[in-house]
Amino acid sequence: MSGRVLVGVKRVIDYAVKIRVKPDNTGVVTDGVKHSMNPFCEIAVEEAVKLKEKKLIKEVVAVSCGPQQAQETIRTALAMGADRGIHVEVSGKDYETLGPLQVSKILAALAKKEDAQLIILGKQAIDDDCNQTGQMTAALLDWPQGTFASEVSLEGDKVKVVREIDGGLETIKINTPAVVTADLRLNTPRYATLPNIMKAKKKKIANMKPAELGVDLTSRLEVLKVEEPPQRQAGVKVETVDDLVSKLKEAGRI
Amino acid sequence: MNRAFNRTSLTHLTGLLRRCQSTLVVAEHNNEKLTPITLNAITAASKLGGEVSCLVAGINCTKVVEQISKVQGVKKVLLAQHDSYKGALPEELTSLILATQKQFNFTHICAGASAFGKNLLPRVAAKLDVAPVSDIIEIKSPDTFVRTIYAGNALSTVKCNEPIKVFTVRGTSFEAAPIEGGSAASENVASPSPTGISEWLEQSLTKNDRPELTSAKVVVSGGRGLKSGENFKLLYDLADKLNAAVGASRAAVDAGYVPNDMQVGQTGKIVAPELYIAVGISGAIQHLAGMKDSKTIVAINKDPEAPIFQVADYGLVADLFKVVPEMTEALSK
Repeated sequence: MSGRVLVGVKRVIDYAVKIRVKPDNTGVVTDGVKHSMNPFCEIAVEEAVKLKEKKLIKEVVAVSCGPQQAQETIRTALAMGADRGIHVEVSGKDYETLGPLQVSKILAALAKKEDAQLIILGKQAIDDDCNQTGQMTAALLDWPQGTFASEVSLEGDKVKVVREIDGGLETIKINTPAVVTADLRLNTPRYATLPNIMKAKKKKIANMKPAELGVDLTSRLEVLKVEEPPQRQAGVKVETVDDLVSKLKEAGRI
Repeated sequence: MNRAFNRTSLTHLTGLLRRCQSTLVVAEHNNEKLTPITLNAITAASKLGGEVSCLVAGINCTKVVEQISKVQGVKKVLLAQHDSYKGALPEELTSLILATQKQFNFTHICAGASAFGKNLLPRVAAKLDVAPVSDIIEIKSPDTFVRTIYAGNALSTVKCNEPIKVFTVRGTSFEAAPIEGGSAASENVASPSPTGISEWLEQSLTKNDRPELTSAKVVVSGGRGLKSGENFKLLYDLADKLNAAVGASRAAVDAGYVPNDMQVGQTGKIVAPELYIAVGISGAIQHLAGMKDSKTIVAINKDPEAPIFQVADYGLVADLFKVVPEMTEALSK
Protein backbone atom coordinates (compact mmCIF):
# COMPACT_ATOMS: atom_id res chain seq x y z
CA MET A 1 0.00 0.00 0.00
CA SER A 2 1.43 3.35 -0.84
CA GLY A 3 -1.58 5.57 -0.77
CA ARG A 4 -2.92 8.39 1.28
CA VAL A 5 -3.95 8.35 4.91
CA LEU A 6 -6.69 10.55 6.30
CA VAL A 7 -6.42 11.32 10.01
CA GLY A 8 -9.36 12.80 11.88
CA VAL A 9 -8.43 15.15 14.73
CA LYS A 10 -10.79 16.73 17.25
CA ARG A 11 -10.32 19.81 19.40
CA VAL A 12 -11.58 19.10 22.91
CA ILE A 13 -11.24 20.53 26.42
CA ASP A 14 -7.79 19.54 27.68
CA TYR A 15 -7.84 16.19 29.47
CA ALA A 16 -6.41 17.66 32.68
CA VAL A 17 -9.14 20.31 33.07
CA LYS A 18 -11.84 19.79 35.70
CA ILE A 19 -14.93 20.65 33.70
CA ARG A 20 -17.83 22.78 34.96
CA VAL A 21 -21.47 22.28 34.06
CA LYS A 22 -23.27 25.47 32.97
CA PRO A 23 -25.76 26.76 35.57
CA ASP A 24 -28.58 26.60 32.98
CA ASN A 25 -27.83 22.89 32.36
CA THR A 26 -27.39 23.27 28.61
CA GLY A 27 -23.84 21.96 28.49
CA VAL A 28 -20.41 22.47 29.99
CA VAL A 29 -18.45 25.70 30.11
CA THR A 30 -16.05 25.87 27.14
CA ASP A 31 -15.35 29.63 26.93
CA GLY A 32 -11.92 30.54 28.25
CA VAL A 33 -11.15 26.89 29.01
CA LYS A 34 -7.91 25.30 27.78
CA HIS A 35 -8.47 23.15 24.70
CA SER A 36 -6.10 20.77 22.98
CA MET A 37 -6.06 17.86 20.55
CA ASN A 38 -8.01 14.84 21.79
CA PRO A 39 -5.35 12.44 23.18
CA PHE A 40 -6.55 9.51 21.05
CA CYS A 41 -6.30 11.70 17.93
CA GLU A 42 -2.67 12.48 18.79
CA ILE A 43 -2.00 8.76 18.79
CA ALA A 44 -3.73 8.44 15.41
CA VAL A 45 -1.58 11.23 13.93
CA GLU A 46 1.59 9.67 15.35
CA GLU A 47 0.74 6.31 13.77
CA ALA A 48 0.07 7.88 10.37
CA VAL A 49 3.33 9.85 10.50
CA LYS A 50 5.21 6.68 11.49
CA LEU A 51 3.78 4.85 8.48
CA LYS A 52 4.98 7.67 6.28
CA GLU A 53 8.45 7.60 7.84
CA LYS A 54 8.60 3.88 7.08
CA LYS A 55 7.72 4.87 3.49
CA LEU A 56 4.62 2.70 3.58
CA ILE A 57 2.36 5.55 2.62
CA LYS A 58 2.94 8.70 0.65
CA GLU A 59 0.78 11.39 2.23
CA VAL A 60 -0.89 12.17 5.55
CA VAL A 61 -3.89 14.50 5.48
CA ALA A 62 -5.23 15.82 8.79
CA VAL A 63 -8.94 16.67 8.92
CA SER A 64 -10.93 18.47 11.58
CA CYS A 65 -14.59 19.52 11.65
CA GLY A 66 -15.61 22.50 13.76
CA PRO A 67 -15.33 26.26 14.15
CA GLN A 68 -12.33 28.46 13.29
CA GLN A 69 -10.30 27.22 16.29
CA ALA A 70 -10.23 23.70 14.81
CA GLN A 71 -7.42 25.06 12.61
CA GLU A 72 -5.11 25.18 15.66
CA THR A 73 -5.67 21.46 16.10
CA ILE A 74 -4.89 20.84 12.44
CA ARG A 75 -1.72 22.97 12.84
CA THR A 76 -0.64 20.71 15.70
CA ALA A 77 -1.10 17.66 13.46
CA LEU A 78 0.94 19.39 10.74
CA ALA A 79 3.70 20.14 13.25
CA MET A 80 3.73 16.46 14.19
CA GLY A 81 4.36 15.56 10.57
CA ALA A 82 1.08 15.56 8.63
CA ASP A 83 1.53 16.94 5.10
CA ARG A 84 -1.56 19.09 4.73
CA GLY A 85 -4.83 19.83 6.42
CA ILE A 86 -8.51 20.08 5.59
CA HIS A 87 -10.72 22.18 7.82
CA VAL A 88 -14.40 21.40 7.39
CA GLU A 89 -15.98 24.48 8.83
CA VAL A 90 -18.98 23.94 11.07
CA SER A 91 -20.05 26.67 13.45
CA GLY A 92 -22.93 28.04 15.50
CA LYS A 93 -25.98 25.86 15.96
CA ASP A 94 -24.66 23.18 13.59
CA TYR A 95 -21.53 22.80 15.70
CA GLU A 96 -23.55 22.37 18.89
CA THR A 97 -25.38 19.40 17.39
CA LEU A 98 -22.44 18.03 15.42
CA GLY A 99 -22.12 14.36 16.36
CA PRO A 100 -20.41 11.19 15.16
CA LEU A 101 -23.06 10.55 12.47
CA GLN A 102 -22.42 13.91 10.81
CA VAL A 103 -18.63 13.70 11.22
CA SER A 104 -18.54 10.21 9.76
CA LYS A 105 -20.51 11.40 6.72
CA ILE A 106 -17.99 14.20 6.22
CA LEU A 107 -15.04 11.82 6.62
CA ALA A 108 -16.55 9.28 4.25
CA ALA A 109 -17.12 11.96 1.61
CA LEU A 110 -13.55 13.24 2.03
CA ALA A 111 -12.10 9.73 1.86
CA LYS A 112 -13.69 9.29 -1.56
CA LYS A 113 -12.76 12.74 -2.75
CA GLU A 114 -9.14 12.36 -1.65
CA ASP A 115 -8.91 8.72 -2.71
CA ALA A 116 -7.66 7.66 0.73
CA GLN A 117 -6.49 4.12 1.38
CA LEU A 118 -6.61 4.31 5.12
CA ILE A 119 -8.41 6.41 7.70
CA ILE A 120 -6.93 6.53 11.18
CA LEU A 121 -8.98 8.00 14.02
CA GLY A 122 -8.83 7.94 17.80
CA LYS A 123 -11.07 5.33 19.42
CA GLN A 124 -13.07 8.01 21.23
CA ALA A 125 -13.15 11.71 22.01
CA ILE A 126 -12.71 12.44 25.70
CA ASP A 127 -15.54 15.00 25.70
CA ASP A 128 -18.55 13.13 24.29
CA ASP A 129 -17.02 9.70 25.06
CA CYS A 130 -19.04 8.27 22.15
CA ASN A 131 -16.61 5.79 20.59
CA GLN A 132 -18.61 5.73 17.34
CA THR A 133 -17.07 7.82 14.54
CA GLY A 134 -14.56 5.28 13.21
CA GLN A 135 -17.06 2.46 13.12
CA MET A 136 -19.65 4.67 11.40
CA THR A 137 -17.19 5.97 8.83
CA ALA A 138 -16.21 2.39 7.96
CA ALA A 139 -19.88 1.47 7.61
CA LEU A 140 -20.69 4.37 5.29
CA LEU A 141 -17.77 3.45 3.04
CA ASP A 142 -18.39 -0.31 3.37
CA TRP A 143 -14.76 -0.64 4.44
CA PRO A 144 -13.59 -3.03 7.14
CA GLN A 145 -12.70 -1.63 10.58
CA GLY A 146 -9.87 -2.29 12.99
CA THR A 147 -11.01 -0.63 16.20
CA PHE A 148 -9.15 -0.14 19.52
CA ALA A 149 -5.86 -0.92 17.79
CA SER A 150 -2.74 -1.42 19.87
CA GLU A 151 -0.62 -2.58 16.92
CA VAL A 152 -0.98 -1.89 13.20
CA SER A 153 1.09 -3.41 10.42
CA LEU A 154 0.63 -3.03 6.69
CA GLU A 155 1.00 -6.29 4.82
CA GLY A 156 0.66 -5.70 1.10
CA ASP A 157 -2.92 -4.67 0.47
CA LYS A 158 -4.04 -5.80 3.92
CA VAL A 159 -3.71 -4.40 7.41
CA LYS A 160 -2.99 -6.59 10.40
CA VAL A 161 -4.46 -5.07 13.54
CA VAL A 162 -4.01 -6.22 17.12
CA ARG A 163 -7.08 -5.04 19.03
CA GLU A 164 -7.63 -4.45 22.72
CA ILE A 165 -10.66 -6.47 23.74
CA ASP A 166 -12.21 -7.16 27.15
CA GLY A 167 -10.36 -10.36 27.96
CA GLY A 168 -7.02 -9.48 26.37
CA LEU A 169 -6.00 -9.00 22.75
CA GLU A 170 -7.14 -10.25 19.37
CA THR A 171 -5.58 -10.08 15.93
CA ILE A 172 -7.49 -9.48 12.74
CA LYS A 173 -6.50 -8.96 9.13
CA ILE A 174 -8.55 -6.53 7.09
CA ASN A 175 -8.59 -5.50 3.45
CA THR A 176 -7.64 -2.00 2.40
CA PRO A 177 -9.07 0.53 2.11
CA ALA A 178 -9.85 0.39 5.82
CA VAL A 179 -10.61 2.41 8.93
CA VAL A 180 -8.46 1.98 12.04
CA THR A 181 -9.14 3.53 15.45
CA ALA A 182 -6.28 4.01 17.88
CA ASP A 183 -6.20 2.81 21.46
CA LEU A 184 -3.89 4.33 24.06
CA ARG A 185 -1.16 1.77 23.73
CA LEU A 186 -0.70 2.03 19.98
CA ASN A 187 2.23 4.45 20.39
CA THR A 188 3.58 7.43 22.31
CA PRO A 189 2.89 10.62 20.36
CA ARG A 190 5.91 12.85 19.71
CA TYR A 191 6.12 16.46 20.83
CA ALA A 192 6.10 18.98 18.05
CA THR A 193 9.47 20.75 18.11
CA LEU A 194 9.73 24.51 17.57
CA PRO A 195 11.28 24.20 14.06
CA ASN A 196 8.50 21.82 13.10
CA ILE A 197 5.87 24.19 14.49
CA MET A 198 7.40 26.95 12.33
CA LYS A 199 7.44 24.66 9.28
CA ALA A 200 3.81 23.71 9.90
CA LYS A 201 2.83 27.35 9.41
CA LYS A 202 3.80 27.02 5.76
CA LYS A 203 1.77 23.88 5.17
CA LYS A 204 -1.63 24.27 3.55
CA ILE A 205 -5.00 23.95 5.22
CA ALA A 206 -7.88 23.78 2.76
CA ASN A 207 -11.20 25.16 3.92
CA MET A 208 -14.44 23.39 3.06
CA LYS A 209 -18.10 23.50 3.98
CA PRO A 210 -20.12 20.31 4.66
CA ALA A 211 -22.52 21.33 1.88
CA GLU A 212 -19.67 21.19 -0.66
CA LEU A 213 -19.26 17.56 0.32
CA GLY A 214 -22.99 16.96 0.03
CA VAL A 215 -23.37 16.33 3.75
CA ASP A 216 -26.55 17.33 5.53
CA LEU A 217 -25.91 18.22 9.18
CA THR A 218 -29.45 17.64 10.48
CA SER A 219 -29.34 15.91 13.86
CA ARG A 220 -32.14 13.87 15.36
CA LEU A 221 -30.47 13.70 18.76
CA GLU A 222 -31.52 16.38 21.20
CA VAL A 223 -29.67 17.10 24.43
CA LEU A 224 -32.39 17.87 26.97
CA LYS A 225 -30.05 18.73 29.83
CA VAL A 226 -26.55 18.35 31.18
CA GLU A 227 -26.13 18.00 34.94
CA GLU A 228 -23.49 17.47 37.59
CA PRO A 229 -23.25 13.83 38.63
CA PRO A 230 -24.27 13.11 42.24
CA GLN A 231 -21.48 14.07 44.64
CA ARG A 232 -20.09 11.45 46.96
CA GLN A 233 -20.27 12.02 50.71
CA ALA A 234 -16.95 12.93 52.26
CA GLY A 235 -15.42 9.87 53.86
CA VAL A 236 -13.37 9.30 56.97
CA LYS A 237 -9.70 8.63 57.50
CA VAL A 238 -8.85 5.58 59.56
CA GLU A 239 -5.63 5.17 61.53
CA THR A 240 -4.91 1.46 61.36
CA VAL A 241 -5.59 -1.62 59.29
CA ASP A 242 -7.65 -3.15 62.12
CA ASP A 243 -9.75 -0.03 62.21
CA LEU A 244 -10.31 -0.25 58.45
CA VAL A 245 -11.20 -3.94 58.53
CA SER A 246 -13.66 -3.49 61.40
CA LYS A 247 -15.32 -0.49 59.66
CA LEU A 248 -15.75 -2.57 56.49
CA LYS A 249 -17.18 -5.44 58.53
CA GLU A 250 -19.63 -3.09 60.25
CA ALA A 251 -20.72 -1.76 56.87
CA GLY A 252 -21.26 -5.33 55.71
CA ARG A 253 -18.79 -5.03 52.85
CA ILE A 254 -16.56 -7.90 53.95
CA MET B 1 -66.81 16.25 24.99
CA ASN B 2 -64.94 16.23 21.76
CA ARG B 3 -61.75 17.13 23.60
CA ALA B 4 -62.31 14.34 26.12
CA PHE B 5 -62.71 11.90 23.27
CA ASN B 6 -59.50 13.07 21.68
CA ARG B 7 -57.61 12.68 24.90
CA THR B 8 -58.84 9.12 25.35
CA SER B 9 -57.96 8.16 21.84
CA LEU B 10 -54.57 9.77 22.27
CA THR B 11 -53.89 7.77 25.43
CA HIS B 12 -55.08 4.71 23.60
CA LEU B 13 -52.79 5.43 20.70
CA THR B 14 -49.77 5.95 22.97
CA GLY B 15 -50.60 2.64 24.62
CA LEU B 16 -50.71 0.99 21.23
CA LEU B 17 -47.39 2.51 20.22
CA ARG B 18 -45.89 1.31 23.46
CA ARG B 19 -47.11 -2.20 22.80
CA CYS B 20 -45.78 -2.07 19.26
CA GLN B 21 -42.27 -1.52 20.55
CA SER B 22 -39.86 -4.30 20.06
CA THR B 23 -36.24 -4.53 20.99
CA LEU B 24 -33.43 -6.60 19.60
CA VAL B 25 -30.61 -7.38 22.00
CA VAL B 26 -27.47 -8.55 20.22
CA ALA B 27 -26.11 -11.30 22.45
CA GLU B 28 -22.41 -11.44 23.21
CA HIS B 29 -20.95 -14.90 23.75
CA ASN B 30 -17.93 -17.08 23.07
CA ASN B 31 -19.91 -19.93 21.44
CA GLU B 32 -19.93 -21.71 24.81
CA LYS B 33 -21.28 -19.18 27.24
CA LEU B 34 -23.28 -16.00 27.23
CA THR B 35 -21.19 -12.98 28.30
CA PRO B 36 -22.75 -11.60 31.53
CA ILE B 37 -23.18 -8.03 30.20
CA THR B 38 -25.86 -9.36 27.83
CA LEU B 39 -28.02 -10.03 30.89
CA ASN B 40 -27.72 -6.38 31.93
CA ALA B 41 -28.63 -5.32 28.40
CA ILE B 42 -31.73 -7.55 28.54
CA THR B 43 -32.84 -5.78 31.74
CA ALA B 44 -32.40 -2.42 30.02
CA ALA B 45 -34.35 -3.69 26.99
CA SER B 46 -37.18 -4.89 29.25
CA LYS B 47 -37.51 -1.39 30.72
CA LEU B 48 -38.59 -0.12 27.29
CA GLY B 49 -41.87 -1.95 27.74
CA GLY B 50 -41.99 -3.83 24.44
CA GLU B 51 -41.18 -7.34 23.34
CA VAL B 52 -37.54 -8.39 23.71
CA SER B 53 -35.79 -10.61 21.16
CA CYS B 54 -32.18 -11.76 21.30
CA LEU B 55 -29.96 -12.40 18.33
CA VAL B 56 -27.36 -15.11 18.77
CA ALA B 57 -24.88 -15.31 15.92
CA GLY B 58 -21.93 -17.65 15.93
CA ILE B 59 -20.38 -20.82 14.64
CA ASN B 60 -21.93 -23.29 17.02
CA CYS B 61 -24.14 -21.72 19.61
CA THR B 62 -26.66 -24.36 20.68
CA LYS B 63 -25.55 -24.01 24.30
CA VAL B 64 -25.85 -20.25 24.23
CA VAL B 65 -29.35 -20.46 22.76
CA GLU B 66 -30.30 -22.90 25.51
CA GLN B 67 -29.06 -20.47 28.18
CA ILE B 68 -30.65 -17.40 26.70
CA SER B 69 -34.05 -19.06 26.16
CA LYS B 70 -34.35 -19.39 29.94
CA VAL B 71 -33.48 -15.79 30.70
CA GLN B 72 -36.42 -13.90 32.13
CA GLY B 73 -37.82 -11.22 29.85
CA VAL B 74 -36.69 -12.73 26.56
CA LYS B 75 -39.59 -13.53 24.25
CA LYS B 76 -37.78 -14.83 21.22
CA VAL B 77 -34.28 -16.03 20.38
CA LEU B 78 -33.11 -15.53 16.82
CA LEU B 79 -30.32 -17.84 15.83
CA ALA B 80 -27.84 -17.44 12.99
CA GLN B 81 -25.12 -20.06 12.63
CA HIS B 82 -22.50 -19.66 9.97
CA ASP B 83 -18.74 -20.10 9.72
CA SER B 84 -18.37 -16.46 8.76
CA TYR B 85 -19.34 -15.44 12.33
CA LYS B 86 -16.03 -16.71 13.63
CA GLY B 87 -14.51 -13.99 15.79
CA ALA B 88 -17.78 -11.98 15.70
CA LEU B 89 -16.46 -9.61 13.04
CA PRO B 90 -18.63 -6.49 12.70
CA GLU B 91 -18.42 -6.58 8.89
CA GLU B 92 -20.30 -9.90 8.90
CA LEU B 93 -22.61 -9.28 11.86
CA THR B 94 -23.79 -5.92 10.54
CA SER B 95 -25.29 -7.37 7.37
CA LEU B 96 -26.96 -10.06 9.47
CA ILE B 97 -28.48 -7.49 11.83
CA LEU B 98 -29.66 -5.37 8.90
CA ALA B 99 -31.35 -8.41 7.35
CA THR B 100 -32.95 -9.28 10.70
CA GLN B 101 -34.10 -5.68 11.12
CA LYS B 102 -35.67 -5.73 7.67
CA GLN B 103 -37.63 -8.83 8.60
CA PHE B 104 -38.81 -7.84 12.09
CA ASN B 105 -38.76 -4.00 12.15
CA PHE B 106 -37.47 -3.49 15.67
CA THR B 107 -37.88 -0.06 17.22
CA HIS B 108 -34.76 -0.52 19.36
CA ILE B 109 -31.49 -2.38 18.83
CA CYS B 110 -29.05 -2.65 21.73
CA ALA B 111 -26.09 -4.51 23.19
CA GLY B 112 -23.85 -4.20 26.22
CA ALA B 113 -21.25 -1.41 26.07
CA SER B 114 -18.34 -3.85 25.99
CA ALA B 115 -15.57 -3.99 23.39
CA PHE B 116 -17.96 -6.18 21.34
CA GLY B 117 -20.96 -3.82 21.55
CA LYS B 118 -18.91 -0.67 21.02
CA ASN B 119 -17.29 -2.17 17.94
CA LEU B 120 -20.51 -3.39 16.36
CA LEU B 121 -23.46 -1.11 17.07
CA PRO B 122 -22.18 2.18 15.60
CA ARG B 123 -21.56 0.29 12.35
CA VAL B 124 -25.16 -0.95 12.39
CA ALA B 125 -26.47 2.54 13.20
CA ALA B 126 -24.58 4.18 10.32
CA LYS B 127 -26.02 1.61 7.90
CA LEU B 128 -29.49 2.49 9.19
CA ASP B 129 -28.60 6.20 8.93
CA VAL B 130 -29.40 6.84 12.58
CA ALA B 131 -27.30 8.39 15.36
CA PRO B 132 -26.56 5.79 18.05
CA VAL B 133 -26.42 6.49 21.80
CA SER B 134 -23.43 5.06 23.67
CA ASP B 135 -23.11 3.56 27.11
CA ILE B 136 -26.45 4.60 28.59
CA ILE B 137 -26.86 4.50 32.37
CA GLU B 138 -30.61 5.11 32.57
CA ILE B 139 -33.74 4.85 30.44
CA LYS B 140 -36.22 7.67 31.09
CA SER B 141 -38.63 6.68 28.33
CA PRO B 142 -38.40 4.72 25.07
CA ASP B 143 -36.72 7.70 23.41
CA THR B 144 -34.94 9.41 26.31
CA PHE B 145 -31.70 8.15 27.78
CA VAL B 146 -29.09 9.32 30.27
CA ARG B 147 -25.39 8.86 29.60
CA THR B 148 -22.17 10.26 31.00
CA ILE B 149 -19.83 12.61 29.17
CA TYR B 150 -16.43 14.11 30.02
CA ALA B 151 -15.14 11.00 31.79
CA GLY B 152 -18.22 10.74 34.00
CA ASN B 153 -18.01 14.36 35.14
CA ALA B 154 -21.37 15.30 33.64
CA LEU B 155 -24.65 13.51 32.97
CA SER B 156 -26.32 14.16 29.65
CA THR B 157 -30.00 13.44 29.05
CA VAL B 158 -30.61 12.87 25.36
CA LYS B 159 -33.81 12.51 23.39
CA CYS B 160 -33.39 10.32 20.36
CA ASN B 161 -35.82 11.19 17.57
CA GLU B 162 -34.53 8.51 15.23
CA PRO B 163 -37.03 5.99 13.84
CA ILE B 164 -34.82 3.18 15.19
CA LYS B 165 -32.99 3.67 18.47
CA VAL B 166 -29.58 2.02 18.51
CA PHE B 167 -27.76 2.09 21.85
CA THR B 168 -25.24 0.36 24.08
CA VAL B 169 -25.88 -0.26 27.76
CA ARG B 170 -23.47 0.29 30.65
CA GLY B 171 -23.54 -3.10 32.35
CA THR B 172 -22.99 -1.80 35.87
CA SER B 173 -26.02 0.51 35.67
CA PHE B 174 -28.62 -2.23 35.17
CA GLU B 175 -29.18 -5.43 37.19
CA ALA B 176 -28.54 -8.72 35.42
CA ALA B 177 -31.76 -10.39 34.18
CA PRO B 178 -32.51 -13.66 36.07
CA ILE B 179 -31.15 -16.66 34.19
CA GLU B 180 -34.12 -18.85 35.14
CA GLY B 181 -37.83 -18.56 34.61
CA GLY B 182 -37.92 -17.55 30.98
CA SER B 183 -39.16 -19.70 28.12
CA ALA B 184 -38.33 -18.08 24.83
CA ALA B 185 -38.99 -19.76 21.52
CA SER B 186 -36.07 -19.91 19.16
CA GLU B 187 -36.16 -19.31 15.46
CA ASN B 188 -33.50 -19.51 12.77
CA VAL B 189 -32.69 -16.47 10.73
CA ALA B 190 -31.01 -16.65 7.35
CA SER B 191 -27.43 -15.46 7.05
CA PRO B 192 -26.62 -13.05 4.24
CA SER B 193 -23.63 -14.01 2.12
CA PRO B 194 -20.29 -13.23 3.78
CA THR B 195 -18.59 -9.95 2.87
CA GLY B 196 -15.12 -11.45 3.28
CA ILE B 197 -13.38 -8.11 3.79
CA SER B 198 -12.00 -9.00 7.21
CA GLU B 199 -10.56 -12.07 8.81
CA TRP B 200 -10.14 -13.07 12.44
CA LEU B 201 -6.72 -14.56 13.15
CA GLU B 202 -6.25 -15.17 16.86
CA GLN B 203 -6.96 -14.17 20.41
CA SER B 204 -4.77 -14.09 23.48
CA LEU B 205 -6.82 -13.89 26.63
CA THR B 206 -5.44 -13.15 30.06
CA LYS B 207 -6.19 -16.20 32.17
CA ASN B 208 -6.89 -16.20 35.88
CA ASP B 209 -9.20 -17.84 38.40
CA ARG B 210 -10.50 -14.63 39.91
CA PRO B 211 -13.96 -13.23 39.23
CA GLU B 212 -14.39 -11.20 36.06
CA LEU B 213 -13.47 -7.55 36.66
CA THR B 214 -16.65 -5.82 35.47
CA SER B 215 -19.01 -8.06 37.42
CA ALA B 216 -16.98 -8.72 40.61
CA LYS B 217 -18.50 -7.69 43.95
CA VAL B 218 -15.10 -6.64 45.26
CA VAL B 219 -12.26 -5.11 43.26
CA VAL B 220 -8.73 -4.48 44.48
CA SER B 221 -6.79 -2.13 42.19
CA GLY B 222 -3.18 -1.10 42.07
CA GLY B 223 -1.44 1.90 40.61
CA ARG B 224 2.00 3.27 40.06
CA GLY B 225 2.62 3.05 43.82
CA LEU B 226 3.07 -0.72 43.47
CA LYS B 227 6.40 0.02 41.78
CA SER B 228 6.66 -3.29 39.87
CA GLY B 229 4.71 -6.16 38.38
CA GLU B 230 6.05 -8.54 41.03
CA ASN B 231 4.61 -6.38 43.79
CA PHE B 232 1.13 -6.89 42.37
CA LYS B 233 1.35 -10.26 44.13
CA LEU B 234 0.50 -8.37 47.33
CA LEU B 235 -2.81 -7.39 45.72
CA TYR B 236 -3.48 -10.88 44.37
CA ASP B 237 -3.05 -12.28 47.89
CA LEU B 238 -5.43 -9.70 49.33
CA ALA B 239 -7.89 -10.26 46.47
CA ASP B 240 -7.89 -14.00 47.12
CA LYS B 241 -8.98 -13.39 50.72
CA LEU B 242 -11.84 -11.21 49.50
CA ASN B 243 -12.76 -13.24 46.43
CA ALA B 244 -12.06 -10.06 44.52
CA ALA B 245 -11.03 -9.21 40.99
CA VAL B 246 -7.82 -7.24 40.50
CA GLY B 247 -7.80 -4.01 38.51
CA ALA B 248 -5.21 -1.39 37.72
CA SER B 249 -4.77 2.26 36.89
CA ARG B 250 -3.52 3.39 33.50
CA ALA B 251 -0.15 4.24 35.07
CA ALA B 252 0.29 0.62 36.20
CA VAL B 253 -0.63 -0.67 32.74
CA ASP B 254 1.60 1.80 30.91
CA ALA B 255 4.49 0.91 33.20
CA GLY B 256 3.97 -2.71 32.13
CA TYR B 257 3.12 -4.03 35.63
CA VAL B 258 -0.08 -5.71 34.37
CA PRO B 259 -1.86 -6.35 31.05
CA ASN B 260 -4.13 -3.65 29.66
CA ASP B 261 -7.38 -5.58 30.03
CA MET B 262 -7.06 -4.95 33.78
CA GLN B 263 -7.28 -1.20 33.34
CA VAL B 264 -10.12 0.59 35.12
CA GLY B 265 -11.05 4.03 33.82
CA GLN B 266 -12.50 6.13 31.04
CA THR B 267 -10.43 4.31 28.47
CA GLY B 268 -10.52 0.93 30.20
CA LYS B 269 -13.29 -0.84 32.03
CA ILE B 270 -16.10 0.71 34.04
CA VAL B 271 -16.73 -1.09 37.32
CA ALA B 272 -19.23 -0.48 40.11
CA PRO B 273 -18.56 -3.15 42.74
CA GLU B 274 -19.80 -3.12 46.32
CA LEU B 275 -16.27 -2.55 47.51
CA TYR B 276 -13.41 -0.94 45.57
CA ILE B 277 -10.00 -0.85 47.20
CA ALA B 278 -7.58 1.54 45.48
CA VAL B 279 -4.00 0.86 46.44
CA GLY B 280 -1.24 3.27 45.42
CA ILE B 281 -3.58 5.05 42.99
CA SER B 282 -3.63 8.86 43.03
CA GLY B 283 -7.15 9.13 41.59
CA ALA B 284 -6.82 10.98 38.27
CA ILE B 285 -10.09 12.02 36.54
CA GLN B 286 -9.51 9.26 33.99
CA HIS B 287 -9.39 6.58 36.69
CA LEU B 288 -12.32 7.95 38.74
CA ALA B 289 -14.49 7.71 35.60
CA GLY B 290 -14.17 3.95 35.79
CA MET B 291 -14.92 3.36 39.48
CA LYS B 292 -16.64 6.24 41.21
CA ASP B 293 -20.04 4.52 41.18
CA SER B 294 -18.67 1.81 43.48
CA LYS B 295 -20.79 1.50 46.63
CA THR B 296 -17.87 1.76 49.06
CA ILE B 297 -14.44 3.07 48.11
CA VAL B 298 -11.33 2.47 50.19
CA ALA B 299 -8.08 4.29 49.45
CA ILE B 300 -4.68 3.23 50.66
CA ASN B 301 -2.07 5.83 49.76
CA LYS B 302 0.85 7.43 51.52
CA ASP B 303 0.11 10.85 50.02
CA PRO B 304 -2.59 12.51 52.14
CA GLU B 305 -3.21 15.02 49.32
CA ALA B 306 -4.02 12.34 46.70
CA PRO B 307 -7.35 13.16 44.98
CA ILE B 308 -8.53 9.59 45.59
CA PHE B 309 -9.22 10.54 49.23
CA GLN B 310 -11.90 12.99 48.04
CA VAL B 311 -14.07 10.12 46.82
CA ALA B 312 -13.01 7.45 49.33
CA ASP B 313 -15.41 6.41 52.09
CA TYR B 314 -12.51 5.09 54.11
CA GLY B 315 -8.99 6.33 53.63
CA LEU B 316 -5.80 5.03 55.15
CA VAL B 317 -2.74 7.22 54.79
CA ALA B 318 0.05 4.70 54.99
CA ASP B 319 2.72 2.77 53.12
CA LEU B 320 0.96 0.11 51.06
CA PHE B 321 3.89 -2.29 51.38
CA LYS B 322 3.25 -2.37 55.13
CA VAL B 323 -0.54 -2.23 55.33
CA VAL B 324 -1.60 -4.47 52.45
CA PRO B 325 0.10 -7.57 53.95
CA GLU B 326 -1.35 -6.55 57.32
CA MET B 327 -4.81 -6.44 55.84
CA THR B 328 -4.37 -9.83 54.16
CA GLU B 329 -3.23 -11.16 57.54
CA ALA B 330 -6.17 -9.57 59.38
CA LEU B 331 -8.62 -11.14 56.93
CA SER B 332 -7.10 -14.59 57.44
CA LYS B 333 -8.10 -14.62 61.09
